[in-house]
Amino acid sequence: MSADANVHGPSRLPLWFAALAPIALLVALVALIVRTGPAERLRGENVPPVEQLAVNRAVLNDDGISLSVLNDGPDPVTIAQVTVDDAYWAFKAEPGNVLKHLGRATVRIPYPWVEGDAHLIKLVTSTGATFEHEIPVAVRSPEPSARSLGIFTLIGLYVGVIPVALGLLWWPLVARLKSTGLDVLLALTIGLLVFLLVDALQEGFETANGMAASYQGLALFVAAALGAYLALESFSGWLSRRSHARRTGSHGFILALLVAVGIGLHNLGEGLAIGAAFALGEAALGTLLIIGFTLHNTTEGLAIVAPLSRERPSIASLARLGLIGGAPTIAGAWIGGLVYSPVLAVAFLGFGAGAIAQVIAQISKQMAGETTVIERFASAPILAGLLAGFGVMYATGLMVG
Amino acid sequence: MRGRHSRAAAGLLSRFEPMRLTLEAIRSIFLYSQNRLIDLTKMAISRRALLKWSGFGSGVATALFSGRRLLGQTAGHGSAGSPHTIHAMGPVGRVSTEWFNPSAFLRTWNFSHLRPEERSRHYRETRRPDGTYLREYEIAAVDREIEIAPGVYFPAWTYNGQVPGPTLRATEGDRVRVTFVNQGTHPHSIHFHGWHPPEMDGSFPAQQVNPGDRFVYEFDADPFGLHLYHCHTLPLKRHIHKGLYGVFIVDPKTSRPLADEMVMVLNGFDTNFDVDNEVYAVNSIANHYMNEPIRVEVGRLVRMYVVNLTEFDLINSFHLHGMFFDVNRTGTATTSSERTDTIMLCQGERAILETRFRYPGRFMFHAHQSEFAELGWMGAFEATEPNDVG
Repeated sequence: MSADANVHGPSRLPLWFAALAPIALLVALVALIVRTGPAERLRGENVPPVEQLAVNRAVLNDDGISLSVLNDGPDPVTIAQVTVDDAYWAFKAEPGNVLKHLGRATVRIPYPWVEGDAHLIKLVTSTGATFEHEIPVAVRSPEPSARSLGIFTLIGLYVGVIPVALGLLWWPLVARLKSTGLDVLLALTIGLLVFLLVDALQEGFETANGMAASYQGLALFVAAALGAYLALESFSGWLSRRSHARRTGSHGFILALLVAVGIGLHNLGEGLAIGAAFALGEAALGTLLIIGFTLHNTTEGLAIVAPLSRERPSIASLARLGLIGGAPTIAGAWIGGLVYSPVLAVAFLGFGAGAIAQVIAQISKQMAGETTVIERFASAPILAGLLAGFGVMYATGLMVG
Repeated sequence: MRGRHSRAAAGLLSRFEPMRLTLEAIRSIFLYSQNRLIDLTKMAISRRALLKWSGFGSGVATALFSGRRLLGQTAGHGSAGSPHTIHAMGPVGRVSTEWFNPSAFLRTWNFSHLRPEERSRHYRETRRPDGTYLREYEIAAVDREIEIAPGVYFPAWTYNGQVPGPTLRATEGDRVRVTFVNQGTHPHSIHFHGWHPPEMDGSFPAQQVNPGDRFVYEFDADPFGLHLYHCHTLPLKRHIHKGLYGVFIVDPKTSRPLADEMVMVLNGFDTNFDVDNEVYAVNSIANHYMNEPIRVEVGRLVRMYVVNLTEFDLINSFHLHGMFFDVNRTGTATTSSERTDTIMLCQGERAILETRFRYPGRFMFHAHQSEFAELGWMGAFEATEPNDVG
C-alpha cells in the first residue's frame, strides 16, 4: 500500500501545478525580500548609494560632444554636473538626469572640442562621485549617410574582400601539391587559424572587461562563441548529409565552405573593430600597417583554398567562397562605424572565436582520418607547417600592431 | 610637404583622390584595430604621439566624413566646426541658499545676521573696565550635507552647520572665550592662529574633543590681523577639507578706515575623495558670485579679507579684473606692502586687499589658476555710482 503511494503519489499532482508551484513560491520569496529588505537593514540608514555609470558611446559633431550613458549600478544615479577637461560645462541630459538601475540617458555637451586633441569628460553625480570618459583623439564622428556607407564599403573591400580573393589565387599551386605538401599546407592553415583564435579571444576578453558590468561581457562572449561553434557543427553535419543524399559536392568543398564561414564570422568582428575605431576617433596612421593588414588577410584566402586541393572548383565557386570569407568585413565596418555598441562587439567577437575553433577542429579531424589528432600531428612536416602558419600570422601581425 | 605640391602635381593627385583618401583611412585604423576596441582608459600617449608625428594627423576622418578635402589645405587640422559657445561654461543650475547664502556670509561676523535673542545664544560681548571686550562664542561641530555646486552634495563636517564656519571678529586686546561642543561623530578641535598659551592650541592628541564633549578656548586677541581657525585633529587633511575652518579677524586698536568690508574664503571640495578637488569656490558655492555679483559703490573703499583654506593644492590665487588693489599680507600692518592685481596665497595664508572701484560696471574676479576658475572659483563685482545704489 505504502509502496503503491510512493510510486503513484507524485503523478497525481497535475503537471501544470508541478511546473508552476516552485515559480509561485519564488515570487513569494522575492516579495518577502523586497518587503523586509534584509540588505537595507544590514546597510543601515544614511549609507551612500552604490553609484555606477558607464559611457557606451561618444559622438562628436557640430553640436559638441554627446555621450550615451548607462547606469549599471543597483541604485539610482543623478548626474548633477559635467566637466570637460576640468571645467564645468553646460549640458542637457535626455530624457532626464536621474538614471534608474539600467536606465540610460544621452548627455549633450555643447563643448568646442579640438580636432586631434584628447578630452576628458567627468560626470559628477549628486553625491560628488565622478565617472570619467576619455576621448583619446577627437575626430568628428561619422554619421549614417550614403557617403559614409560607401566609404565603409570601400574599406571593407580593401581590408577584407580583396586580400582574401588574392589568397584564393593560390589554388592552382595548391592543386599540384603531393600528399605531404598538402598535409603541410593544411597544418599551416591550422596554424593561421589558431593565431586568429588567440587574437579573437584576446580582443573578446578585453572588450568584455571594458563594458558595463551589468552586461556580463565575459558570459556573453562565451555564449556567443559556444553558440557559433555548435551552429557550425550542425551546419557541417547538415551539409555532409545533404551531399551524401544528392551525391553532389564533396568533403573538400564542405570543408572549404566551413573555413570560409568561420573566417567570414571572424572578419565580421574585424570589420566591427575597424568601423568602431573610426567612430570612436581612435585612428592612427602608418604605411606599414596597410601592407601588414593586407598580408595578414591574404593568408586567410589560402586557408580557404587549402581543402580544395583535390577538387575542381569553378571560378564562380571560388569567388563565392571569397565573398563568404571577405564580405562580412564590410557589414562589420558598417555596424561598427554607424551603430557601434559594446554588446554587439562582444557578441560578434564571440561568434568569430567559436567559428574559428570549430573550423580548426574540423580540419584536424579530417587530417587525422582513422588515427587520433595527436598521433597525426606528431610528425616533423606537419609540426613545421603548424608553426609556420602561426609564425606568418605573428610576423604580419607585428606590422599591424 | 603637402603645401608645396605644384599645381600640376595637385591635379594629378586629385585623380587618385578617392583612392588616396581610402588608403589614408585604412592606414589610420590598423594600429587601433589590432590593439583594443573599447578600453579607452588604456589608450596610451604613444598612439597620439604617433599620430602627431605622422604629420597629417586626424584630418583624415574630417576629410572623409565632413566632405572636406585634404588637398589645398596645408594640414588636416583647423576648425573642426565644433561649437564655440563659450557662454555655455560653468555649472548648470543654482544652489539653494536657504541654509547658507554666500552673499550674506560675505558681510557677516560675530553672528551679525541673527536677531538679538538668537544671536545671544551664539555670541555675547561684555565691556570690561579697561575698555576692551570679553567676547564669548558658542561653536558646535556638526555633520551636515551641504550643496556646493548645483545638485552636488558633500558630506561635510562643519562648525555651526556652515562651511566656512562663522567669522569671529575681535579687537586687539579683547578676551576671546569660545565654548566648543562636539556634536559630530569624530573627535574634533579648534586650532586658532594667533598668540595663545599651548594648552589652548587644540592640536596635540590630548587636546582633541571627543563626540559629546566640550572645551573652552580662552585667549587674548593678539596680534591684530587677518587670521583663521580650523580643526587640528588627525588625519589633518581630512578634518580640514571636510569643512572645519573659518575666519578670525582681529582689528587694530585704532580701527582701519571705514570701508565696505567682506570676507572671502578660498576653498575646494574633494567630492570623490581622490585627494583632488572637484569643486573650487570662494565661500564654498561654485560660481555663486557669478550668478549674484557682489554689489559695490564706485569710489568707496572696499576691503576684502581673503583667506586661503584650499586643501590638496599648494597654492591658490586671487585676481581682480580691470583694477589694482593694495595688499596687506596677514593684515598685521596698517600700511600696504604692494599694489597688484594678482596675489598668490599658500594653504593657510591670507591677506587684506583694499581698493576703490573707478568705473561702474561688472568686474570679474577669480583664481588665476585657470583650472580652479573653470571648476567654480569665479565671481564678479557689480559697481554702481553711489546715488544709484538702493
